[in-house]
Amino acid sequence: MSEKTTTMKQEFLSKLASVSDMASLDALRVEYLGKNGLITGLLKEMKNLSVEEKKTFGQEVNILKTEATDAIAAKIEEMKAKEIKAEINSMPDIDISTPANLSRGSYHPITLVQRECEQIFKSMGFHIEDYSEIVTDYECFEALNIPKHHPARDMQDTYYLENGQLLKSHTSAAQNAIYKKYKDALINDGVPIKAIFPGRCFRNEATDANHENTFFQMEGVMVDKDISISNLIFFMKTMLSEVFKKDIKVRLRPGFFPFVEPGFELDINCLICGGEGCPSCKHSGWLELCPCGMIHPEVLKAGGIDPEEYTGFAFGLGLTRLVMMRYGVKDIRDLNSGSLKVLTQFTDDE
Amino acid sequence: MLLSMNWISDFVDLSGLDKLKLINQFSLSTAEVENEIFFKGSDIEGIVVAEIKSVEDHPESKKLHLLKVDAGDGQLTDVVCGAPNVRVGMKTAFAKVGAKIGEITIAPRPLAGYPSHGMCCSEKELGISDNHEGIMDITEDVPCGTSVKDIYQIDDIVFEVDNKSLTNRPDLWGHYGIAREFAALANRPLKPFEAVDLSAYNNLPKIDMKIEDPLCQRYSCLQVENITKTISPVNMRIRLFYCGMRGINLLADLTNYLMLEMGQPMHAFDSRKVEKLRIKRFDKPFTFKTLDGIDRNIDENTLMICNDNTPVAIAGIMGGLDSEIVDDTTTLTLESATFDAVSIRKSTVRLAHRTDASMRYEKCLDPEMTVLAIARFVKLLTDIDSGVKVVSSLTDEYVFRYDNIKIDFDKNFVDRYAGIEIPNDTILNTLKALGFEVKLDSDKFSVQVPSWRATKDVTMKADIIEEITRIYGYDNFDIHTAVAPLYPIRAAQEKTDEDRIKDILVKRFSLHETHSYIWAYFDEYRALGIEIENNIKLVNATNPNIETIRNSIVPTQLCQVKYNTGFSTDFGLFEIGRTVNGMKDGNLCDEHKKLSITLFSKTKSVETLYFELRDMLAVVADDIKHQALAFALTEATHSYEHPKNLNTILCDGKELGRIGIVHPTISKNIDKKAAIVFAEIDVRNFSEIKNASIRYQEPSKYPEMEIDVSFVSKKFAPIGDAIKNANCDLIKSVTVVDTYTDENGKSITVRMIFSHPERTLTKEEVMEIVDAIIANLESQGIMMKK
Repeated sequence: MSEKTTTMKQEFLSKLASVSDMASLDALRVEYLGKNGLITGLLKEMKNLSVEEKKTFGQEVNILKTEATDAIAAKIEEMKAKEIKAEINSMPDIDISTPANLSRGSYHPITLVQRECEQIFKSMGFHIEDYSEIVTDYECFEALNIPKHHPARDMQDTYYLENGQLLKSHTSAAQNAIYKKYKDALINDGVPIKAIFPGRCFRNEATDANHENTFFQMEGVMVDKDISISNLIFFMKTMLSEVFKKDIKVRLRPGFFPFVEPGFELDINCLICGGEGCPSCKHSGWLELCPCGMIHPEVLKAGGIDPEEYTGFAFGLGLTRLVMMRYGVKDIRDLNSGSLKVLTQFTDDE
Repeated sequence: MLLSMNWISDFVDLSGLDKLKLINQFSLSTAEVENEIFFKGSDIEGIVVAEIKSVEDHPESKKLHLLKVDAGDGQLTDVVCGAPNVRVGMKTAFAKVGAKIGEITIAPRPLAGYPSHGMCCSEKELGISDNHEGIMDITEDVPCGTSVKDIYQIDDIVFEVDNKSLTNRPDLWGHYGIAREFAALANRPLKPFEAVDLSAYNNLPKIDMKIEDPLCQRYSCLQVENITKTISPVNMRIRLFYCGMRGINLLADLTNYLMLEMGQPMHAFDSRKVEKLRIKRFDKPFTFKTLDGIDRNIDENTLMICNDNTPVAIAGIMGGLDSEIVDDTTTLTLESATFDAVSIRKSTVRLAHRTDASMRYEKCLDPEMTVLAIARFVKLLTDIDSGVKVVSSLTDEYVFRYDNIKIDFDKNFVDRYAGIEIPNDTILNTLKALGFEVKLDSDKFSVQVPSWRATKDVTMKADIIEEITRIYGYDNFDIHTAVAPLYPIRAAQEKTDEDRIKDILVKRFSLHETHSYIWAYFDEYRALGIEIENNIKLVNATNPNIETIRNSIVPTQLCQVKYNTGFSTDFGLFEIGRTVNGMKDGNLCDEHKKLSITLFSKTKSVETLYFELRDMLAVVADDIKHQALAFALTEATHSYEHPKNLNTILCDGKELGRIGIVHPTISKNIDKKAAIVFAEIDVRNFSEIKNASIRYQEPSKYPEMEIDVSFVSKKFAPIGDAIKNANCDLIKSVTVVDTYTDENGKSITVRMIFSHPERTLTKEEVMEIVDAIIANLESQGIMMKK
């Protein structure tokens, strides 16, 4: 190799070694490899050489050019790697142990428990019905076989409005309309009536931690040919086991409600002690949970259904009570207070 | 109601059976028994009859005496006793050394220096009455040393039935009816009532009595005299006490005893005060002193028992003070009657005075009982006081009779209703045990309902099912699922929409769902300066604060915003609830389901907050209905609305509700610095909007072209309209990228994105569209900003 190329190579490599930033590197590239660069300049000196020498020298310059190009590329890679390393090193340590920011929306707990119940009933083929809060005397009482002088109609229990309507005192007020809505399909096409109707109810009473004048219930009915007491007990046991997410024992006691015959009070085995007896079930092992019964023939009749041909059962669930049981809410009034200290805790719970 | 197992056992032999199990069965088959069961007498042991042989004053004490008693063990025992009624020859209840009374075991101990080897007991100490004035005076002729439990029914099992669970069972308001249930459950016979034959007195004169009002269904009475005893037998008093009543005197105790035994209330008058018995109402209100000494206001609806025109008792509720039995009463008139149940209940409510008698009458008592009760009363009275003389014939007016109820059904009906097979014999025996007359012909039953179940309780086949199945026992049921044909269940649109609205507001916009009451909160509205708008009212609200039904959720929600101002600097509430907006269909409330949203912020400008709310609504409409919202400025009509920036919300041409800013007066009352905006839409109207659904467009493979143009315009709306009117499919999106205000007014920079599905657009063709839009706007005086 000629002295010239050797010297140039050494000069180049020593300069390259001292380059520490992209701009100087680019300058170095232009200095040696640019159009008027030093390496290109070497070729200009070839005109004074012999053909043989030209050939040799040309090859040498080309090798030098390739070597210089490769060296610069390698230097670029090296500098990029350095940069990434510097970036990695400059990344601060993130303290994941700080508390998470959980700000988000919330559902009313009634919505959560109601949705859960609705899912259970949907899975069993029930319609979910909605009903008004203001109803007529006929809907709330007359159609439910609650005669004119029944104590349930007393002024102190029910909120009456100036026009004679009332704030519904139980979800059963929707029964008549539901029978009328589905009776044609039942009678003409044999489609059984299966419906639940959650809703807000009102009772004219003084409020305290255990009593509210505004609360939620959920009523359900099933009507078909040959629906029996045996079916009712089976259904309640199955449904409540779903609601409480464990195998529930039920027992029925006679209970009097004008719109069912026979009517029952349904107890479940205490959820706290499992039936052994504890303070929360007053040592009885049982918890009175909900009323149910076979739909009274007069109620079916009022709904346009022949009680000789069809039978059915009805049941009521206290949604507000379920919420209180599920979440351990101690003061029922908290649910209507609008207090965000209470309500923001109820994020999705499915 | 408290019930004594001993008393029940008078009428049905339950020997050899587990009583607690029976009581539990009763609770599951008949009526709810309270958890606590009382084992009377179980805490008393070793108490015997002893005679006081000598009484000496205690030298150290004025109250105490030194007694020597014979407890039947062949010796005299020294006892120190503080009772004032000690006397020589008296027999009393004596707790010997080693006896147990409650927690105490009797041991010898000195009292004021003298030894005492036992204790003489009061009735209260034995737990058989609340009498603690002295030690028990035993009049029975029994040898000393006899256990008191051998002469008195101190041992008993007492249980309480929840009165509410007896609402529909008038026959269960006495021990006899309860015994009938136990007989049916235990499959043992029910004994008949022992009573005298009243026809023996048919020759005696009748009492002058007349029912002058149909509210009295039956009135039976009888006169007796020559009653010499005043104190009831101990066993009778124990039963009354165990069942929650105090012993008073023989006559009062007997009427109470009869009531607890048969469920039939009775009353005894001094015959001198009821020479002319009349049952009627008065035209005018007056006051009447009942035997508890209280003056009560009687109105024209209250049925009264009268001596001609002088009231002597409030029918079915309480006797009068003036006609009470007194010391010099010689002849008494016994009343046993039934009255219209609704009338008694209403009178009770008006008088605010419920008695043991009225409680029973409210349940529709069986009128067939009245005469039997008198016959039973006379039997019990003469057993106690053999000199008693009946001095009138039974006087009985029976003006209202319940219908005889016959019910026919067949076995198939029972099996179908019950869902299990119940043998004919079981049906037959159950109904007979409960007092029904039953005929069975192959599988067909014909049943006669007994009078005590026929007053309202059992009227039809379904009632018979209950009788059969409850005694059969629901725990014994084989349970199985209903078999029903399969049909699809479609969810109601409104319900689905409601759920999705909630999800969007909670999940995407972090709002909090609340519930508020259906009425306007009078006090809270006033504190905030919200006017209570005229709307339908409750007629019987106990509290003026909850009288008027709300016509919007916004104000109740603002009250909740106020409540939460300290919770956070920024929050949003929403509720889906009901309002009443006027009347419809004649005179029915026009109820609406509405969604109300309120946003509160101390960190954002009111404009930012307003846009946030607008966008929430727009997302709801776009996500659920794929429809855009439109807005139209409107006039404020409610006290909580800011007069400016109030807009009607429209969707698919339908009016949904309003969006606005809270009026500054109210806003400042809630929080001096916060911005508060609200919106309310009608959920049903929203739900009825057609879902425009997703319209898919194949994405163009050719490059898009972006054009930004600025206009000097106060509002975006005309710009948007002009772009829309260009009616060009090449415009893929329009957004506002910037707004600013300078000396020339407000400028809005709009970005339009153009694309063609099949080719690359040329600058010229796009500019042609843009120029047309600019020209359109300039013709309206809206200039492009150069």
